[in-house]
Amino acid sequence: MSEKYIMRKYSLSWWKILTVILLYYTVIAGFLIPVPRLHILNESIRLNYFHVRMWFTMMLLFINSAWSSIQYLRTQNIAFDDKANESVKVAFFFGALGLITGMFWANATWGAFWTSDPKLNNTAIGLLIYSAYFVLRSSLEDETQRGRLSAVYNIVSFAVFIPLIFILPRMTDSLHPGSGNNPTFRLFDTSHEMKLVIYAAIAGWMLLGWWIYTLFLRLRLLKNAHDEIN
Amino acid sequence: MHMMKSIKLLVLIILTCTSAEVVAQATEKVEMADVLRQEGKIYTVVVGLVIILTALIILLIRVDKRISRLESQEKMKL
Repeated sequence: MSEKYIMRKYSLSWWKILTVILLYYTVIAGFLIPVPRLHILNESIRLNYFHVRMWFTMMLLFINSAWSSIQYLRTQNIAFDDKANESVKVAFFFGALGLITGMFWANATWGAFWTSDPKLNNTAIGLLIYSAYFVLRSSLEDETQRGRLSAVYNIVSFAVFIPLIFILPRMTDSLHPGSGNNPTFRLFDTSHEMKLVIYAAIAGWMLLGWWIYTLFLRLRLLKNAHDEIN
Repeated sequence: MHMMKSIKLLVLIILTCTSAEVVAQATEKVEMADVLRQEGKIYTVVVGLVIILTALIILLIRVDKRISRLESQEKMKL
């Protein structure tokens, strides 16, 4: 193999190095920095650094996906369709992780893996709606048709997903923050010690999600280029 | 090549750390081992997670690097 001499030298971009640092900080400080001593929650409060960040990452990628779909419909540029598709894939992955980690936490604090909490049910419904996106995509052969239909479906999914997980649970009693009498993620409600990790955790996991998304997208572009040549 | 170097360095660091621990145990200065058993053994969990995270990050960087290489090969074809 002679091409390695022609290759540009590989170097990690700054934001990937930042991702690595933030994730190490989250994992180490997330377990070692003291947290408020609360009944029932006990140490399980530390899952906040991981479980809740899965949803943050998922939302970032769903927003990116919906935005790409809108751009696709406006410009008919297939690159936006690729972006939307890969973004939904990674977002769905993080959503599934959020659901699974949440189930274990619920078992430890609420006493059951699954409760009839509206946020749980609505998130499950929302993810099922998004899973139909993959089915829709794989059932269409024609590139333009697939792009247009799945872009419309993706935007509709996003429009349904937001009220499902952000508005409806807040209108009834839910065990989740922001519902009933529970405080939500607000600047002064959160303890100072936890804030030391929370912001790093948000940035770290979001950047990780974005990194994985860019890898998926670049692989897709390579595959597209490969298919064009053949 | 660069990647191999960093992996070798990592292995070297791990080996140095573990051998230092063995020496510490032999001379009955078990402070290192004690720390890992204090505070409800939370350090053990942290070590485990750091190992998993390290492995995942190495994997991610390798994939990233491989995609970069494929991309530059693709560019040369055009």
